Amino acid sequence: MAVTLSERAASHVAKYMKKRGKGIGLRLGVRTSGCSGMAYKLEFADAAQPDDIEFESHGVRLLVDAKSLPYLDGTELDYTREGLNEGFRFNNPNVKDACGCGESFNV
Amino acid sequence: MALLQIAEPGESAAPHRHRLAVGIDLGTTNSLVATVRSGLAVVLNDELGRPLLPSVVRYLPDGSCAAGYEAQAQQAIDPRNTIVSVKRFMGRGIKDVPYREDLPYRFDEAPGMLRLQTVAGVKSPVEISAEILRTLRLRAESALGGTLVGAVITVPAYFDDAQRQATKDAAKLAGLPVLRLLNEPTAAAIAYGLDNGAEGVYAVYDLGGGTFDISILRLARGVFEVLATGGDSALGGDDFDQRIFCWILESAQLAPLSVEDARMLLTRAREAKEYLSFHGVAPISARLTSGEIVDLRLTTETFSEITRTLLAKTLQPVKKALRDAGLTVGDIKGVVMVGGATRMPQVQRAVGDFFRQEPLNNLDPEKVVALGAAMQANLLAGNRSTGDDWLLLDVIPLSLGLETMGGLVEKIVPRNSTIPTARAQEFTTFRDGQTALALHIVQGERELVGDCRSLARFELRGIPPLVAGAARIRVTFQVDADGLLAVSARELGSGVETGVVVKPSYGLSDDEIAAMLKDSLAHVKDDAQLRALQEARVEAERLIEAVRSALAADGDLLAADERSRIERGLLGLHNAAAGENRRQLVVAMDDLEAETKEFAARRMDRSIRRAFAGRNISELAGDLSLAKSGEGA
Repeated sequence: MAVTLSERAASHVAKYMKKRGKGIGLRLGVRTSGCSGMAYKLEFADAAQPDDIEFESHGVRLLVDAKSLPYLDGTELDYTREGLNEGFRFNNPNVKDACGCGESFNV
Repeated sequence: MALLQIAEPGESAAPHRHRLAVGIDLGTTNSLVATVRSGLAVVLNDELGRPLLPSVVRYLPDGSCAAGYEAQAQQAIDPRNTIVSVKRFMGRGIKDVPYREDLPYRFDEAPGMLRLQTVAGVKSPVEISAEILRTLRLRAESALGGTLVGAVITVPAYFDDAQRQATKDAAKLAGLPVLRLLNEPTAAAIAYGLDNGAEGVYAVYDLGGGTFDISILRLARGVFEVLATGGDSALGGDDFDQRIFCWILESAQLAPLSVEDARMLLTRAREAKEYLSFHGVAPISARLTSGEIVDLRLTTETFSEITRTLLAKTLQPVKKALRDAGLTVGDIKGVVMVGGATRMPQVQRAVGDFFRQEPLNNLDPEKVVALGAAMQANLLAGNRSTGDDWLLLDVIPLSLGLETMGGLVEKIVPRNSTIPTARAQEFTTFRDGQTALALHIVQGERELVGDCRSLARFELRGIPPLVAGAARIRVTFQVDADGLLAVSARELGSGVETGVVVKPSYGLSDDEIAAMLKDSLAHVKDDAQLRALQEARVEAERLIEAVRSALAADGDLLAADERSRIERGLLGLHNAAAGENRRQLVVAMDDLEAETKEFAARRMDRSIRRAFAGRNISELAGDLSLAKSGEGA
C-alpha cells in the first residue's frame, strides 16, 4: 500500500511548509460526507497520530490514518492548473464515481 | 474536478464549503486581488498572467463598459468616456479635484459627490469603482472556483468618512460582501510583519498613483498598532506624470492641446517616468494630431529637479506623523516602501536620506498591500490557523466633532484614537426654554466649522423647557472597526434620544444607493438567480444519479421500507428539479441526503470489508483499530 506525490505537488508542498515554518508533513485522508460518500482531507500535519501510516515521497513526509488508507491506496497527489485556478488533485485509482466537482466521491 | 488547498490540521472544509476570501487593493492607477492558498498569500493573475488590473473603466454607447487593460488601450482615442484614477473622485465634490481643467471629463455637480457624463449616461464614482471591483471579483471567482464569502478592501489611511463609505457602496454594487475596510499602510505592515516577524516601530511610506500615505506603526508581540497617520489624498505618481507633462509642454513650446493629444502626452510622460527607474535618460517622442512632432530627452537629473517639490510635499506629512506619534527619526526601526511610485530612484533616495537608513523593499511595493489584505481576509473569513491570533488596532485619521455656538468645533473623538471606540461628552442648552438642539457633525482638524468637512446634521427634539444651561445632553460618538461613525444624543433628564449613522455625507441617500443597486443589478440579479437554480438542478441530477447507481449496486443492504423511503425521496427530488423553485429543490436534496446517510455508511462498511478480503494482516499494516471497525460493522 502506498500514497505518493508527483514532483510538482512535492515542490509546492515543500514551499508551503517552509512558509508555514512548522509541521512535520502532510496529512492525507478521507472522511464520510454527504451524498457520494466520502471527501478528501488535505492538511498540514503537526504531529503523527498512533494509527498513522507514513510514507515519504520526494522528501515530503506523508501521513495517512489507517482507516483512510484503503481508500487512498495507489493515489498520487498532483498539483495542477485549470484556467486561473490551481491546486492539488487526488489521482485515486479506487474512485468509482465522483460528484461533478470531484470534491466528494465513492469507491 | 475541484482543486484542493492544504488546510490547517483539523480545518479541512466540507465539500463545497470552502470559505473563499480575498484581499483587494483598490488603487488609483492599478488594482489587485490576492488570496491565501495553502497558507501562502498570492496575487491572483488574469488569464494572461498579469497581476495588475488598470483602474480604468471605459463606457460604450450601448451602455456596456470595459475595465482594465482593454479600457486603458482606448484611453487615447476615447478620453471622455474612459475614466482613469476614479479613486480621486470617490466621495468628493468638483471643487476637491485638482488639475480638473486638464482632465478630459465632463463633470456634473451633485450634492456632495461629483458625477461624470459618459456616452452611457451619468455615472457616479461609486458606480465606476464598482466596475473595477466586479472585474476583480469575477477574476477571483474563476481563480478560486467558487463564490467569495467576502473581501477586505484597502483604503488610504487618510480617506475620510465619505470616501470610506463610497468604497463600501462600490463593493456592494459589485456584489462583494465587505469583511472590512483596512488602511493600506496597515495592510502593508501585515504583509511585512508576518513575513519577517519584525518587532519595533516602523514607518510605511506609501506613494501610490494618486494618494500619499505615511503611517507610523508599532509591531509588538503580534499586535499591530497604528501610532499615527498622515498624508495627502491628492498626491501621487500621477503628479509626477503631470510634472513631466508640463515639462514637455514647456520644452516643446506647444500650443494648447486637444483632449486626445493631452491624454497621449500624459501616457508618454508616464512611460518616461517608468523608464527612468532603470535608465539614465528617457526618450520622449510623439506625433500630435496637428502633425507636429515632439522629440525630447528627459534625464534623471532633470526629472529629479522638476519633482523635487513633490518629494518635499511628501516629507511634510511624514514629519507631522512623527510629531503626532511623539517620535523622532531615530526611533524608526525600518521604513516600508509601498506603491509603484516608490520605485523611482529619487523617491528611494529622498526617503533614505530623511530616515537615515535604506528603506525596506524586499516585497513587491505594488503587491504588498493586496497581500496583507488577503491575509486579513483569510483570518476574518474564519480560516484561522494557530499562531495567527493577531489583533489589529487601527486609528481614525481625522478628528470627529460637533459644531458649537459661533461656528466652532468641539472635538469629541480626537485624531489617532484607536478604533473601534466610543466617546461621549455632555452639552447643554443655550437659551431659556430651548426644546430642540441641532447637531452638526464635522470631521477635520481645524477650529472653524467652515474649514472642516461636514458629515451630517440631525436634531434632538423634545427637550423639556428649562433655563439655559440646565438641560444635560449627552452626545455619544461611536466609530466601528471600519472607521464609520454613529452618533446619538440623549437628554439625561427626560431620556429623549435620537441618533444618526453617519453614512454618505457625499449626498447619496440609502434610497439612492438602493436605486442604483436596482438599476445596475436588475439584470445581473435575474441572471444570478437563474444561475443558482441551474446549479442546483445540476447538483440534483448528480445526486439522483449517484443514489440510483448505489441502489443498483448495493440495494440488498436496505430493508424494504428503507428502500421505499429513498425511492420516495428520489421522486420528490426529481419533481422539484423540474420546477422553478430553488428553495424547494434544496430542501428535497437535503431530504434525500438524510434518507441515504445510513445507506452510505453501510456501503462504506461493505467496501471496507471488500478492500480487506483476501489480504493478510501484514498488508493491513497491523492496525488493530482498523480491524476492529471492520469486524464490528
